[in-house]
Amino acid sequence: MALIRTVAAALRTALAWLLPPLFGLAALVGVWALIAAGSSNLPSPGKTFASAVEVFAHPFYDQGPNDQGIGWNLLKSVGRVAEGFGLAALVGIPLGFLLGRYALLNRAVSPIISLLRPVSPLAWLPIGLAVFQKANPAAIFVIFICSIWPMIINTALGVSSVPQDYLNVARVLRLSEWKVLTRILLPASIPYVLSGAKLALGIAWLAIVASEMLTGGVGIGFWLWDEWNSLNMEHILIAILVIGVVGLLIEHGMTLIAKRYDYRQS
Amino acid sequence: MSNYLQVDHATIAFDTRKGRYVAVQNVNLQVARGEFVAIIGHSGCGKSTVLNLIAGLIEAAQGGVILNGRQIDGPSPERAVVFQNHSLLPWLTVYGNVHLAVERVFGATDSKARLRERCIAAIELVGLVHAIDKRPNEISGGMKQRVGIARALAMEPKVLLMDEPFGALDALTRATLQDSLMEIQQRLQNTVVMVTHDVDEAVLLSDRVVMMSNGPAATIGQILSIDLPRPRQRVELADEPAYNHYRAEILRFLHQGQRAPVGAH
Repeated sequence: MALIRTVAAALRTALAWLLPPLFGLAALVGVWALIAAGSSNLPSPGKTFASAVEVFAHPFYDQGPNDQGIGWNLLKSVGRVAEGFGLAALVGIPLGFLLGRYALLNRAVSPIISLLRPVSPLAWLPIGLAVFQKANPAAIFVIFICSIWPMIINTALGVSSVPQDYLNVARVLRLSEWKVLTRILLPASIPYVLSGAKLALGIAWLAIVASEMLTGGVGIGFWLWDEWNSLNMEHILIAILVIGVVGLLIEHGMTLIAKRYDYRQS
Repeated sequence: MSNYLQVDHATIAFDTRKGRYVAVQNVNLQVARGEFVAIIGHSGCGKSTVLNLIAGLIEAAQGGVILNGRQIDGPSPERAVVFQNHSLLPWLTVYGNVHLAVERVFGATDSKARLRERCIAAIELVGLVHAIDKRPNEISGGMKQRVGIARALAMEPKVLLMDEPFGALDALTRATLQDSLMEIQQRLQNTVVMVTHDVDEAVLLSDRVVMMSNGPAATIGQILSIDLPRPRQRVELADEPAYNHYRAEILRFLHQGQRAPVGAH
């Protein structure tokens, strides 16, 4: 009896947890079906689903540079984001440390950051193309430039908001600048650096789709644009869904990592 | 060595938006080697400022601090501080926090094994061996403060500076920690300067109690020698006329001569 009651209770909690999102999704599909019924351009959910089964049946086919499976396109986009973001972290984190540690430098550089940060990522694309003369490095450059600002700003904030108490400990111990960096500033600012990384990756994923639409090649953004050129609306909807899911996974992954390394909650 | 540690005509001022604010004026204090001195006064009277001056965390506008015949110049491990809010690094374990200090002070001269021994000895001293691998957010406030004391003692400082170390603790924990501190002090004979606003704590622990007037321009109002035999037992002292006399003396100073400044607390 007791076992049955426990199982029933667990089921009830699971249902209570699952039902609202399921209901929301069902409502979305319902609205979509209604609009699709009255429109000649928007494919219905059923048609899109059938198309998706086809697309995902062979995600990794390869028939030349302009006709590859959705899996390759996605991997290519994720790879570009990883490269651009990696470079941004490599430059942005040390720079953020310097800015957070030396107020004078911060005052010299922060007007530049404030000026460049609000610039749309795509505005940098022509500069990337002009400098690198190739689409792929230009797209990576766009990712780099749009994800470096949150990295710099958050790291600098983390370093400059290290509690004075910790720094007083360092002063009483007369720790060397290197020890202060590795033993105090670095661990104390990790939560800030990681939340900067999360922001940066979010922006990077937004930017890669847009820049691939313009640069072409292989990538989910280009795939989407290619499908628009061949007026395959089902594939466009699939692309939107896939882009959303990958963005969601990146966000959740970063949240998990940030939680893991946040000393404030053990 | 009656003036092992000497605060010499120290005046401390801060530049604020409203101009120069003299927090502490003309403080003179001599502390003998092995002596336990408490500085007591109302909140905001500048007692912590004096402690920070001795620590070297702030500079005097005039005058200075001399330790063992040498004028101090900035903070140093020879003047270890037990901070009011323990200031343990949250990403290090109990051992890691103590080790950071021990490594800095003895790393150049001692072997790794010896450094480890020192850390464990200090942690043993405050009775926390069972929590050696815990992080600060996994232990209680009283335990954190013990780690702060262990960290400071492990550095074998010339002077131990304590800034209201038990202020944030509940009465029972505070009493236990005061007893351990007295016992440790009995064994190690450290020179201690402690800031407190607790009259009982000052009388129980100290050889002398320094009473500070209220700021701005706070200074030493009165110094009281506590001639009570050691080891001291808090329960027995409660019925001791001399103990109650000292308490009354300090209370009189704090409540009659020096009303709390407006806006303090």
